[in-house]
Amino acid sequence: MSGPLWSWVFVGLTFALYIGIAVWSRAGSTRDFYVAGHDVPPVLNGMATAADWMSAASFLSMAGLIAFLGYGGSVYLMGWTGGYVLLALLLAPYLREFGKFTVPDFVGDRYDSRAARIIAVICALFVSFTYIAGQMKGVGVAFSAFLDVPQNWGIAIGMAIVLVYAVLGGMKGITYTQVAQYVVLIFAYTVPAIFISLAITGQLVPQIGFTSESVLPRLDRLLVELGFTEYTQTTKAKIDVFCITAALMFGTAGLPHVIIRFFTVENAQAARRSAGWALAFIAVLYTTAPAVGAFARINFIDQVNETAIDDLPAWFETWESTGYIDLDDKNGDGVVQYRAGADNEVVPNRDIFVLANPQIAGLPAWVVGLVVAGGMAAALSTAAGLLMVISSAVSHDLMRMTFRPDMTDKQELRWARISAAGAVVAAGLLGIFADNLGFVAQVVAFAFGLAAASLFPVIVLGIFWGRFNKQGAIAAMVTGLVTTFSYIVWFKFVDPDPAGWWLGISPEGIGFAFMWLALAVGVLTAVATPAPPDHIRQLVEDIRIPGAN
Amino acid sequence: MTDNQRLYWRATRRLTVGLLLVWFAVSFGAGILFREALDAASIGGAPLGFWMAQQGSIYVFVLLIVIYCTAMTRLERKFGIDQKGSDQ
Repeated sequence: MSGPLWSWVFVGLTFALYIGIAVWSRAGSTRDFYVAGHDVPPVLNGMATAADWMSAASFLSMAGLIAFLGYGGSVYLMGWTGGYVLLALLLAPYLREFGKFTVPDFVGDRYDSRAARIIAVICALFVSFTYIAGQMKGVGVAFSAFLDVPQNWGIAIGMAIVLVYAVLGGMKGITYTQVAQYVVLIFAYTVPAIFISLAITGQLVPQIGFTSESVLPRLDRLLVELGFTEYTQTTKAKIDVFCITAALMFGTAGLPHVIIRFFTVENAQAARRSAGWALAFIAVLYTTAPAVGAFARINFIDQVNETAIDDLPAWFETWESTGYIDLDDKNGDGVVQYRAGADNEVVPNRDIFVLANPQIAGLPAWVVGLVVAGGMAAALSTAAGLLMVISSAVSHDLMRMTFRPDMTDKQELRWARISAAGAVVAAGLLGIFADNLGFVAQVVAFAFGLAAASLFPVIVLGIFWGRFNKQGAIAAMVTGLVTTFSYIVWFKFVDPDPAGWWLGISPEGIGFAFMWLALAVGVLTAVATPAPPDHIRQLVEDIRIPGAN
Repeated sequence: MTDNQRLYWRATRRLTVGLLLVWFAVSFGAGILFREALDAASIGGAPLGFWMAQQGSIYVFVLLIVIYCTAMTRLERKFGIDQKGSDQ
């Protein structure tokens, strides 16, 4: 069987599985729809959280990014895992103990303020929409590259699938499809990694192969010969590496679609456990990725550099013909020179490496099909989680809690379904048109920076500082939102000159700096204004003690 | 809050701060701030500081949450905190 056929088989089978699960796990009440009935076992919630969290970017782009950044890629590895420690220790058990449905729910109740709730809704919507557009695009790219379906049709198919199980099953349907999607994506990621590790290092486990003498020392030597920085070094300033890592960590802990996963378990203890399971499941991919990246860079140099253009491997021609690798024989010698400077003749797109790896390593065609299905699973599971945040923010926080408090449970459920459907369509359109605007890669900085600077401080202070009040919370959210938003817009879209960066901190890392500013402004405002009323102090004490309310 | 609950909350905060110090030390400390010093040693072909940034810190993160869960369960038993009533 050929590659595309295998891709159809795997994608078809997994899609059928997701829809089957959705039909089996329909939601009957708002409790089912928003929090899957509060009774998801910690291990399964951990798996679902892992799939929810690992997006098309983690699955498709990260290893390739690390392959070309070397040590500089560590910011993603530490940043996107370390946030779970913050989640488990500072947020998840307390928010579960609070026992409501959404992140704005917590902000609105804890600060006893409709304004605070609405600002939190704005933060949640902004973060989730920027994120979901990228996922829809990832689905489109996978369809167009492997199944010969035009990109926008690919997005439409992806939308239709998510629509079925998100609208039908809500959080309950999403949870159980995410469990299936985790299994698919982790299998698809580790199988090729194991084959490649065996081929390059003779080690079965990629994490062990990564420490082999034939990998990093050899890669450092090769890259220096070609004029690059050593693989284990970076040209980035230390303060920037620090701030980007921190912004990704605190951003992870403040992302609403990750937080709401912890509302689905039975109690605070289960929330802690499922955070541990989630990180363990995530770590399987995240410790494999740097190995995959290093192997990919070695393979690329070995097979392409100083190779006659007529002798280039088949995978190279496939990707060159689709425009993902640029080749220009500048000195006309008929041989490819891969170099750091102006003599360089080949520029690969970093996003293709996970998809191209099985071909580069000469693995059988079915492995490629498996990887395509894995990429789809990663994109769809994250899109579904984000969709939940958007739909619950609209139906619960805006409709039920703000505009129409007299709604019945049944009416709210209908609104939840309608807004989920609306959000799918909006996200798909964003995915289609974001391509023309070309800003998807850049808006990722928005999502993490804004989550870190706007949502994280008010949630943590709300739990750990009983004296923190409404005025402080609003001041902190507005400060974090406005400063981070302005800095990123300025240095990404208006004047992208790194010379102007404050203290040398890039827009990707600025959320961390402004998080502290938001925190300071919030604390000062709270101290200068009256303490929160007694029933709020009681609420704070209750969420600290499991089972107290 | 009863006295028992107050003690429980104090122990919880202590545990949290202690674990966060380790969290900071293995990632920002070993992987970023002091990585050059650690690179003098190595694990197989990987310099230690680099390995901590790309592998080691992630393993420690998982371990930290496991320790946290175990310690919290023990605290809850010690102070007689009952989880069962927490579902609304």
